[in-house]
Amino acid sequence: MKPFAYVRAGSVEEATDAFAARPGARYLGGGTNLVDLMKLGVETPAALIDVTRLPLDGVEELPDGGLRVGATVRNSDLAAHPVVRDRYPALSQALLAGASGQLRNAATTGGNLLQRTRCPYFQDVTKPCNKREPGTGCGALEGVHRDHAVLGHSERCIATHPSDMAVALAALDARVELRGPEGARSVPAADFHRLPGTRPEKDTEIHPGELITSVLLPAATGGLPSRYRKARDRASYAFALASVAAVLHCGNGVVERVGLAFGGLAHRPWRARRAEDALIGAAPTAAAFEHAVDLELAAAEPLRDNAYKVPLARRLALDVLGRLAPAAQL
Amino acid sequence: MDSHDRTATTGHAQPDTTDTTLRVNGKPHTLAVDHRRVLLDLLREDLGLTGAKKGCDHGQCGACTVLVDGRRVNSCLLLAVTLDGAEVTTVEGLAGDGEDLHPLQRAFLDRDAFQCGYCTPGQLCSALGVLAEAAAGHPSHVTDPATPSGAPVPLTREEIRERLSGNLCRCGAYPRIADAVEDVM
Amino acid sequence: MTGTETVLGAATERREGREKVTGTARYAAEYTGPGRAHARPVPAAVARGRVTGVDAAPALALPGVLAVLTHENAPRLAQPDDPVLAVLQGPEVPHRGWPVALVVAETPEAARAGAAAVRVTCAAEPHDVTLTAGHPGSYVPEEANGGHPAVRERGDQDAAFAASEVRIDTEYRVPPLHNHPMEPHASTARWKGDRLTVRTSSQGTNAVRATLAQLFEVPEEGISVTAEHVGGGFGSKGTPRPDVVLAALAARHTGRTVTVAFPRRLLPSLVGHRAPTLHRLRLGAGRDGRLTCLGHEVATHTSRIKEFVEQAAVPARVMYAAPHSRTAHRVVRLDVPTPSWMRAPGEAPGMYALESAMDELATELGLDPVELRVRNEPAEEPDSGRPFSSRHLVECLREGARRFGWADRDPRPRSRAEGPLLVGTGVAAATYPVLVAPSTASAWALPDGGFVVRINATDIGTGARTVLAQVAADALGVPTERVRTEVGSSALPAASLAGGSSGTASWGWAVHEACVRLAERLATLPGPVPEDGIGAHADTTGEADAGSAYARHAFGAHFAEVTVDTVTGEVRARRLLGVYAAGRILNARTARSQFVGGMTMGLGMALTEDSHVDPAFGDFAESDLASYHVPAHADAVGIEAHWVAEEDAHLNPMGSKGIGEIGIVGTAAAIGNAVHHATGVRFRELPLTPDRVLTGLLAHETPAGTFGG
Repeated sequence: MKPFAYVRAGSVEEATDAFAARPGARYLGGGTNLVDLMKLGVETPAALIDVTRLPLDGVEELPDGGLRVGATVRNSDLAAHPVVRDRYPALSQALLAGASGQLRNAATTGGNLLQRTRCPYFQDVTKPCNKREPGTGCGALEGVHRDHAVLGHSERCIATHPSDMAVALAALDARVELRGPEGARSVPAADFHRLPGTRPEKDTEIHPGELITSVLLPAATGGLPSRYRKARDRASYAFALASVAAVLHCGNGVVERVGLAFGGLAHRPWRARRAEDALIGAAPTAAAFEHAVDLELAAAEPLRDNAYKVPLARRLALDVLGRLAPAAQL
Repeated sequence: MDSHDRTATTGHAQPDTTDTTLRVNGKPHTLAVDHRRVLLDLLREDLGLTGAKKGCDHGQCGACTVLVDGRRVNSCLLLAVTLDGAEVTTVEGLAGDGEDLHPLQRAFLDRDAFQCGYCTPGQLCSALGVLAEAAAGHPSHVTDPATPSGAPVPLTREEIRERLSGNLCRCGAYPRIADAVEDVM
Repeated sequence: MTGTETVLGAATERREGREKVTGTARYAAEYTGPGRAHARPVPAAVARGRVTGVDAAPALALPGVLAVLTHENAPRLAQPDDPVLAVLQGPEVPHRGWPVALVVAETPEAARAGAAAVRVTCAAEPHDVTLTAGHPGSYVPEEANGGHPAVRERGDQDAAFAASEVRIDTEYRVPPLHNHPMEPHASTARWKGDRLTVRTSSQGTNAVRATLAQLFEVPEEGISVTAEHVGGGFGSKGTPRPDVVLAALAARHTGRTVTVAFPRRLLPSLVGHRAPTLHRLRLGAGRDGRLTCLGHEVATHTSRIKEFVEQAAVPARVMYAAPHSRTAHRVVRLDVPTPSWMRAPGEAPGMYALESAMDELATELGLDPVELRVRNEPAEEPDSGRPFSSRHLVECLREGARRFGWADRDPRPRSRAEGPLLVGTGVAAATYPVLVAPSTASAWALPDGGFVVRINATDIGTGARTVLAQVAADALGVPTERVRTEVGSSALPAASLAGGSSGTASWGWAVHEACVRLAERLATLPGPVPEDGIGAHADTTGEADAGSAYARHAFGAHFAEVTVDTVTGEVRARRLLGVYAAGRILNARTARSQFVGGMTMGLGMALTEDSHVDPAFGDFAESDLASYHVPAHADAVGIEAHWVAEEDAHLNPMGSKGIGEIGIVGTAAAIGNAVHHATGVRFRELPLTPDRVLTGLLAHETPAGTFGG
């Protein structure tokens, strides 16, 4: 770990100013991934701007029925929040399916979104990785890649995004609210993370110096039946081999609203728009779900050693949608 | 607030430090903390409190678990400089000043809830965190979603196992650890 | 024996327990005296080649960095017996991760930064790290690990197999596995002149001391090595490891007290691993279920610098009566880290394969798998023809079946479902040899009525302090509380290592003898015990290592109940039951913990622990605890261990067999067999992770090969 300056920010403006003033700065949230990567030499910030004491640790119920979650709300607190548990159960479930109790106590909402891939080649500075060091190649292509992407990958990068939480946010039509030198803006959670393309070093659509201030959960998905499920190598404390978040609402016997997102399959939480389009207006039957999910997964391009992810994701999605369907019709 | 930089941010003299005050097991300590120093190394190297263990140094094993402001965390991933004003409890602080062990420590002995002992301090601190979290109504991955929000979550055997899963034990003392936690509920 | 079950066999509380639950127990890296420096190795980034240059300047320019040792400036060592210890002695890189420099610094942070700053250039050579069954470089070694002949043949295996009514010809694969004790390997060293003081995390410090004396060419008497508390080893600390050599090198080079604590990520390359094994089993049997032949052939890998051959075909020489047999090992030298001991080397992977094949045979015959094993119970050890000193496998199977409720089992595969879960049960046998080694011990009587037993045993979590006090108290005829034990230091009477499930037998034997002699002295003592106490010494050389006319092994039976999620392919063990016949159990409490611990590691071997030698880069792809999945709390459900009473007069004065390893031995096969029972699909490669299981379920559901899911 290289020596670095430390700045504790007292306000959002202080944080963004400090960031702008220090080349090579990084915002520090719970640190559960950033400090890990600094120890590995993957991240070498010249300065850390500590944002954990910013007044962004609240969960606010909005007049329109939505929910604004501050960026520094800890994952465990968010998972336990009564409104989240009641109205956005998939989010609570996703958070609780991730990491460990200790990590969830430290990790923040913003930091969870900005965590980086656990691809072993990315984490090992002695190996090629286009994400860590553009132009060096992708070690995972020829190496061990059972855990890697089957959707949306490029020859530059086959890494997956590790977050459980972000998958639920994508399905729930959440928005990521940002503040930066150019002011405030928000981005749909489903579009916040990128596909690797030719620039895998860029994980998200965040601009340099921008700070995540909050996540907005819309009223539209609040209170609808939603669910998260992941498959993993051990019963707890493991990253997803594949996961699914879904929210489903039916009326008059047909699907009126659906959000479906996959985790563990791609460089970003994979919002299954094709499947959703196929479902809207269709009766929520097993056959319709199968048709829709197969449409989505037809785009999958498995690698040498991860073809299992396609049927795994398919079965997870059918299971989750099938379990949501009865409640969704109430 | 800018840091108290002893030197410029780069260069070859001394690493950047900031004076940081923490209370550890009730005692205040003020140290010029190397920004790179994590709480685990501060405890072990600066304070000689080697109860918290370095099993992986990356938040993957839980052996370094301590309580910060009453919440269990991986001390290997917490930069000490960020903890100014924090209250830290380590395994050394569980029993208090007397000879009496904390009931959970006693239960670990009674149940033979360890072998090599290296994960034990983390298991103890983590279990104390679990008891507090469940009492405060925090759900877990295995909590029935129908459980009312805010109500204390009953710690079934399955709940204990799930909630302690961030604490690896290679000796396989898991069943005995769960027994010990049940003993103090 | 003079004592009673209230002493030997009692569930006595662990003596060091209070230190461990209060955090005061100190491990090797925790001697934080003033002036202590920290050293961190720089691993080679090529799988094979030579170091052509080390630029230490960027590291030395960092604050707090004291020195950078390389093969060019490190103190010279004598040639070690174990090539993995020849660190920083030459430019050759035998595998990725090999230490090519060592950075010594004032703080762990500075050492880390320094290690990242050292610029090492290597001339890489083409590498080969992939084990295949027919690897052209493979050969038949003279011996497998443990001194076992690589090949044993009885009768005519091939002809008998060809003539058998029922044949099972099948292959299994066990991946590389990693010990990963919770305490990473660590050593703290300090020189004063030619005197060396070392704290190390080791399973036996006499070997560490002898090795350091030989390497540094100083007398053993000038070296003190202690291992007061050891955070697990499971074989990986059974021999001196590079951490202790590096610490001593750095301490000599800098004149400081130096701690080397290996980063977790370096463990897979630096402290040994269980080598991957490819198994071919050929079982022939009559319709009555009696084996006519048993063939077990194993292919495995070793490194370029050392031959270590996982003796996985050896248990087949012990288990079942079969008139014809061939058991053989082949090994290939690859550019991989050097494999070594991991809990039940040989037996763990070998019995997975053999006991899976036995299950396949039972299925083929339509015979209950417990009954199949009972039918093939041998009258004497098949390979040697020697009588067993004791063998109660059948009793374990019967007792296990009773406790588990085996009689209620519907033997048909895929006959039980609970919603999306398929449920199955399985059984497997286990065996582990009785190993024992010479040790020395002294016993002292003190005027206050107390006793002290001194022996360089190592407590790696087994409870050695406690059980040796029980052995001593039993021999002396006094309450256990009156006996203090001193262990874990090379200043104490020399003793064998905590490995091979031999520790308690070996140390206990010496302690028992010393105490018997002391009791004799006390019996003839005319007056009170003098102020300095009186003592007695014992050395079991010649006794403990004397050959036996008997085949001596522990046995056990494992039962497992699993669920297989048809949505995800996730397998969870719902119940694990082990019943063991391991001689006399000396401490019911700590013994149970060891059995359960072994079973938990077996659970990991079966379901979660997977490792790959990276074909492109040559190291293990799963190098940390986030990617190498040892079982977590949530995986450890319903694990129970029991034992049957076993008297055996041909072992040691306590009548005990080792218990540290047998718990892992049959667990993976029992789980695998349960998964077959649950699903009707036979998986032959470990671990049974969702990728494999789901793929297998799909192939089973859609045999045409369509992959719709």
